[in-house]
Amino acid sequence: MNWILLLEQTLNGLQLGILLFLLAAGLTLIFGIMDLINLAHGSLYMMGAYFAATFTNWTESFFLGVLLTLPACMLFGILLEIIALRTLYTRSHLDQVLATFGLILFFNEFVRLLWGPIGLDIPLPDVLNGSVDLIFGIRYPAFRLVIIAAGILVALLLYLLVSRTKLGMLIRAGASNRQMVSALGVNINLLYTIVFGLGAALAGLAGLMAAPIMTVEIGMGEGILILTFVVIVIGGVGSIRGAFVAALLVGFIDTVGRSFLPDILELFVSNDVADTAAPAISSMLTYVLMALILAIRPQGLFPPKGV
Amino acid sequence: MNWSPRTVLIAILMVGLAAVPMIADSIDEPFYTVMFSRMLILSIGAISLNLILGFGGMVSFGHAVYLGIGSYVVGIGTLHAIEDGVSWMANGFIHMGIAVAFSALTALIIGAISLRTRGVYFIMITLAFAQMFYFIAVGNDNYGGDDGLSLYTRSEFHELLDLSNDNTLYYINFIFLTVFLYFSHRLINSRFGMLIRGAKSNEKRMGTIGFPVYRYRLVAFVIAGAICGVAGVLSANQTDYVSPAVMHWTRSGDLIIMVVLGGMGTIFGPVIGAVAFLFLEEFLSGITEYWQIFFGPMLVLIAIFGQGGIDGILVRLDKWWQIKKST
Repeated sequence: MNWILLLEQTLNGLQLGILLFLLAAGLTLIFGIMDLINLAHGSLYMMGAYFAATFTNWTESFFLGVLLTLPACMLFGILLEIIALRTLYTRSHLDQVLATFGLILFFNEFVRLLWGPIGLDIPLPDVLNGSVDLIFGIRYPAFRLVIIAAGILVALLLYLLVSRTKLGMLIRAGASNRQMVSALGVNINLLYTIVFGLGAALAGLAGLMAAPIMTVEIGMGEGILILTFVVIVIGGVGSIRGAFVAALLVGFIDTVGRSFLPDILELFVSNDVADTAAPAISSMLTYVLMALILAIRPQGLFPPKGV
Repeated sequence: MNWSPRTVLIAILMVGLAAVPMIADSIDEPFYTVMFSRMLILSIGAISLNLILGFGGMVSFGHAVYLGIGSYVVGIGTLHAIEDGVSWMANGFIHMGIAVAFSALTALIIGAISLRTRGVYFIMITLAFAQMFYFIAVGNDNYGGDDGLSLYTRSEFHELLDLSNDNTLYYINFIFLTVFLYFSHRLINSRFGMLIRGAKSNEKRMGTIGFPVYRYRLVAFVIAGAICGVAGVLSANQTDYVSPAVMHWTRSGDLIIMVVLGGMGTIFGPVIGAVAFLFLEEFLSGITEYWQIFFGPMLVLIAIFGQGGIDGILVRLDKWWQIKKST
């Protein structure tokens, strides 16, 4: 084991954790306030990546592409909420699962029809394409550092939004008692739409930041969606703080587990066994963590108050 | 016997299913036997899910795991039987036994942890556990990893049965289906079944009366897993192929769709749902390669408007029939 690799992998874990947080924050807000389990949240992530690819191509500038993608995602989310999801808030979780599962199928096919079955690449501008010297002479890709910085910035803004603004106050109030908020004369439908648009924009941001480092492809949101569910369950459904802590934890364990588990296993068993067992075990790690936490705290690490 | 339209239609469906191989042979289209065989196997899977989802109110989003376990028992068993010459590992009875035992054990572990939680947590956790098993199968290069395993031979039942004949396999599937239909009928109307249904409508009240709801639910969860394991064994034999895709999370979603489409919490609903689902898939994919662009919105509409599924429509038909008869 060497320390440079460990540091690199920690940064990679942080970067995955940030992406997970952006998805989890939106999903957990939508669940906490509208009581909606939205499987199609991964589709919003996918749309973010495809929008980014298209807009970057049109404008021939990555930055303009990003600037266009975020409002596009928000608009897309708002339309989705108004057309399909609004009627589902009062329905059972099973109906919500069924309907949003149907939406996933629709969006995957829609993207295949519109953009074709082949994955897309987003070229990075030169400014972001290089590596940066960190301390101890470690070089790390600049774009991944941008992801981490952007994610932390968004987390901070989100914290300020929820805890310091009037909208945030309504969001918190909506999460703890919807009927009361609505009885006090707040336009609850508008609040729902705003929250959904916010969640969609966060998912789109995650998608567009993931796009240059992974390929943009159909179904790209599904694997990460399930990991996001793990994050939400560990953090406590409805809690943004929980989502943040759990996202970093899962990102770290997933990444570091994958790269160091073979070495750790080799200390105990023969190389052959370690080589074959390691991939299977490392992909289990996050789920084992989830099982352990749930066995001790079924409501997650930070269950939201007043629910 | 009350010959209402619903009873007649369900009877026609079951008789029709029993006659499929004969009809397929007589019109020389053996493809239909294979297609309907798949329907029977998925019906069994849907019946098992219906026990916990429809009757017990437990929205498990990871039920395809047991299909995967059953399939891999056959795949791994026959692989060793052929490559290493361990002949007992191709034995169908042993496949069934091990598949049921493993599925039950897996359901016990998954259920013990997830049943401690409620509502949306339960959905997400069962989904996450299913994904874990999926990744284990993908990461296991000894048994084909992502590409899966092709079966060299089907499960062997010595002189008793020859599974390599598709018609024999069809009737085995059909017998299992009827046995599990009868079993679920008996189970649901037993004291145990009453308890599970009671806990669905009011968990607190059942607990207050003094029933250990958690334990009863766990037993139901394990029974459902074990039955679905049998469906997995049959499925591997049907397709001659085993891969992680069998337990992909969308497969679990498909099973939920079948149960809801057919009619949750009814005995024949899952069979109707599985048949309708596969027909729909066959029909739509025949029209366009992009068939899911129609199927997806259809699911949304079913979720919003389709209370009670197809069986619910039949029930309404019965009511209309009764009124018409009495006037």
